Amino acid sequence: MTNHWRDIKNADLILINGANPAEAHPVGFQWFMRAKLDRGAKIIHADPRFTRTSAVADMYLRIRTGSDVAYFGGLINYVLQNNLFHDEYVRNYTNASFLVRKDYAFNDGLFSGYSQSSRSYNIASWSYQTDPSTGFAMRDMTLQDPSSVFQLMKTHYSRYTPEMVSSITGIPVNDFTKVAQLVGQMGKPDKVMTIVYAVGLTHHTTGGQLIRSGAVLQLLLGNMGRPGGGMNAERGHANIQGNTDHAISWEILPGYLKIPAPGQVTRDDYVAQSAPKKSDQHSWNFFGINYKKFLTSTLKAWYGAAATADNDFAFNFVPKPASNASWMTIYDQALKGKMQGLILSGMTAASIGPDSNQVRQALSNLKWLVVMDALPTTSSEFWQAPGVEKSQVQTEVFMIPTTHWIEKDGSFVNSGRWSQWKDQVLPPQGQARHDHWILADIFQRVKALYKSGGGKFPDPIMALTLDYADPAKPTLDEIAKEINGKDLATGKQMTSFANLKDDGTTTAGDWIYTGSYLDTGNLMKRRGGISDPKTNDPTGMGFYANWAWSWPLNRRVMYNRASADLDGKAWDATRPGITWNGSKWVGDVPDYPATLDPHDPNAYLPFIMNGEGVGRLFSNGMVDGPFPEHYEPIESPVQNPLHPTNSASPVAFLYDKAAGRPDRFGTVSEFPYIATSYRLTEHEHYVTQHVPLLVQLQPKPFVEIPYELANTKGIKSGDSVRVSSKRGKVEVQALVTKRLGPMTVAGQKVYQIGIPIHWGYVGVSADSDPSHGRYWLANALTPFVGDANARTPEFKAFLVNLEKI
Amino acid sequence: MPTVTRRDFLKFGAAGAGAVAFSGLGFDDAVAASTQIKQNLRIAGAKESHSVCPYCAVGCSLVAYTRQNPDGSTQLLQIEGDPDSPVNEGRLCPKGATAMQLAISPRRVESPQYRAPGATAWKSVSWDFVLDKIANNIKASRDASFVTTDGNGNTVNRTEGIAFAGGAAFSSEEGYFATKLMRGLGLVHLEQQARV
Repeated sequence: MTNHWRDIKNADLILINGANPAEAHPVGFQWFMRAKLDRGAKIIHADPRFTRTSAVADMYLRIRTGSDVAYFGGLINYVLQNNLFHDEYVRNYTNASFLVRKDYAFNDGLFSGYSQSSRSYNIASWSYQTDPSTGFAMRDMTLQDPSSVFQLMKTHYSRYTPEMVSSITGIPVNDFTKVAQLVGQMGKPDKVMTIVYAVGLTHHTTGGQLIRSGAVLQLLLGNMGRPGGGMNAERGHANIQGNTDHAISWEILPGYLKIPAPGQVTRDDYVAQSAPKKSDQHSWNFFGINYKKFLTSTLKAWYGAAATADNDFAFNFVPKPASNASWMTIYDQALKGKMQGLILSGMTAASIGPDSNQVRQALSNLKWLVVMDALPTTSSEFWQAPGVEKSQVQTEVFMIPTTHWIEKDGSFVNSGRWSQWKDQVLPPQGQARHDHWILADIFQRVKALYKSGGGKFPDPIMALTLDYADPAKPTLDEIAKEINGKDLATGKQMTSFANLKDDGTTTAGDWIYTGSYLDTGNLMKRRGGISDPKTNDPTGMGFYANWAWSWPLNRRVMYNRASADLDGKAWDATRPGITWNGSKWVGDVPDYPATLDPHDPNAYLPFIMNGEGVGRLFSNGMVDGPFPEHYEPIESPVQNPLHPTNSASPVAFLYDKAAGRPDRFGTVSEFPYIATSYRLTEHEHYVTQHVPLLVQLQPKPFVEIPYELANTKGIKSGDSVRVSSKRGKVEVQALVTKRLGPMTVAGQKVYQIGIPIHWGYVGVSADSDPSHGRYWLANALTPFVGDANARTPEFKAFLVNLEKI
Repeated sequence: MPTVTRRDFLKFGAAGAGAVAFSGLGFDDAVAASTQIKQNLRIAGAKESHSVCPYCAVGCSLVAYTRQNPDGSTQLLQIEGDPDSPVNEGRLCPKGATAMQLAISPRRVESPQYRAPGATAWKSVSWDFVLDKIANNIKASRDASFVTTDGNGNTVNRTEGIAFAGGAAFSSEEGYFATKLMRGLGLVHLEQQARV
């Protein structure tokens, strides 16, 4: 989230796409309801299903899954055509005025630079015209130049007429127009809208662009950086945010630094190719100019005394991947016989998919599999799942009992970036050990093996810092201090990442957490809550700066310089983010130098972290286009009405095709219905299958089937049905409902089927089922294909058939 | 002192109301009885700790009540929403409200389990057995798949044949530590819940 849960109460209009917060984030949803009840905010819910969220929304739009770029694109078009954008903001706080290279083009669904053979773009033309004397981007503040981002955007989205939006999304033109009129009012300075989304936007081959299309709309309306505004992702797991921040992700190092690439010999090579570059004279480019300091401070935290100026601070210790190494790639490599071992530490593979049957095949190709978990999972038991010939599975499998969240301390970071420390409440149950102690212990044993027997490049293993009282049992308190970092000369904890150095005199395990753990103590433990609002929420905006700690630097709303106008006054005086009081910025922790006068001729542009200094309506940071464009899901019942010859994303990564495996995609003739997957309020992915009270509330797996479709098939609620895709099937009960219904898309009638994820062959329900949940894995149906940017699987849009059993 | 259950409390409430109205039961007696009930609250004298819900990422604060048993074990008495939290203001959903059943479960894995290639059942084994075997596997797979220099002559120092996936219910510090160790081993296939 750019903002945070409580901040949603500050909105005038709430757009919810790809999410069902009343069901999946019910306690967070109270802030949506506070906005509605206390300030008369309107809620607009666009979703394939009418859900609990729709039930309290002011408008519900039945949208075809995966078509939200068309919806947001239509809103962008409406705002542009009717001059409803926030003029001062767009002109000064976005790159609308930047001029794009003349060879940039977009024709028939393809941006300039496309290569059919490599299914990728050369993005060189997606950049700015530069002034040869300064190297900075050319700008036209009148926004009239035909090469300006503003004019290019206007042309790009002119195709997204209400009729086109309706044809793609299935939303009736009249309903869409009503929404556009409401959204169009949000470009006024005293109005603010928030967009809230979840994996209903991310889990598509166009996932990155689905989100960007919302962000572009928010920039046009001047809603980024403001309380009550922003782009707000509801994350689905307790600490997925913290673990992403700390880079358990192939493509990053802690704090969203890029993983180094082959060919980058020195830190300087790395920074030159990784850090944002200043493209306007008033841009601070704070991230870019500090990139090397952040990297070096992490290298010092990891490799300690072995990281010296002479060896470029052990830069060559950091592994450099050959190519993408993300989730699906792991299983793709296993299918190719190139992956020997997999460690799943509090994570499952089999039920999570996509294409669970193929993933289980991949697991059986491994030499060894380590599952560290408190409870059995579909991965630990994959070799004895129903229908599997156990003796044929040659994978060596380990199941190691670990502790639960309540048996250890440490922080959880919520969707709003609030890092909240928790106590260890209970001792470990039985023989369970902490994940990090198990990993530390294994690491010590590996290190001993290298010490005694030698082996490939042991240097990083030997050098890795383990400066804990007990290296095999580090405390989370010790690690939290390491993450914050210290000044090696004084031994004092660093107070801000602004003070980090690139000369090896400072450490910071993760620079975005610098400031969380000072010499005075662990700020994540703070508990200044709602019982004393006068002290803890003096502005009344709900920042609660004395509750826990929020990255970066305890800032509660990111990009908050954009919450004030050029003079430093709040766009809306009743809802200030930060304001200039004549000598300093007050309110939230400023995303700007605290005493930099906005009238200073050298004042920085508002978005201090990127090279432009302003929000990017046009961006070359994405590999599938500088403007979001609607593409069909890989499996779709229709051709793209915008450009039928380039219907689906031309750069989505097709794993099976690239590996030479047989095609696992279905067509509409065999699989005529659209399906989507989701979670119920009683469920948290799969672990809740071990919680008896929750199983009682949702005892059996089911699929939701539209009433009209069920009638034509003679299916009634409670009947057993088979839902199948090209990849697998589920056999569960039917729940016939009018919450789903027929839609008209590209002139055709289509149906969508809803499939809750959760059930499988492990858990309380499976234990009492005669088939032991043999065909219960929802992800047996989902396609093994990824978004071009993030390689996120397309869980939310695929084709199935439906039969009564 | 007798333990008063919720059922008894409700019975008392109904009888008490009736008694006041119809049989003139003394008010003092009712107060004395309710005082006794208060003294028997399940969390009376319990230790109060703070936690955060382990499920979705709203980040609802929890208050957990525990008591030390005479045998030295810790008994978890109650988990409820923290009324002082600016996030949840004391509220919890069905998952958070049943968090005790995740915390304490007879379904937990009791000891390290091992399944040899082709074996048809788990075998309970010692910690040293699994940790040594895993360490040997990691070393063997690392050495077998480690690339020092790629085809273009670039130093890459990566382990291609081992993947690690970390949990979304790790404490942040565990997650950071896992990243550090796995990068230290040269892993490039490093993932968690973010994409799936």
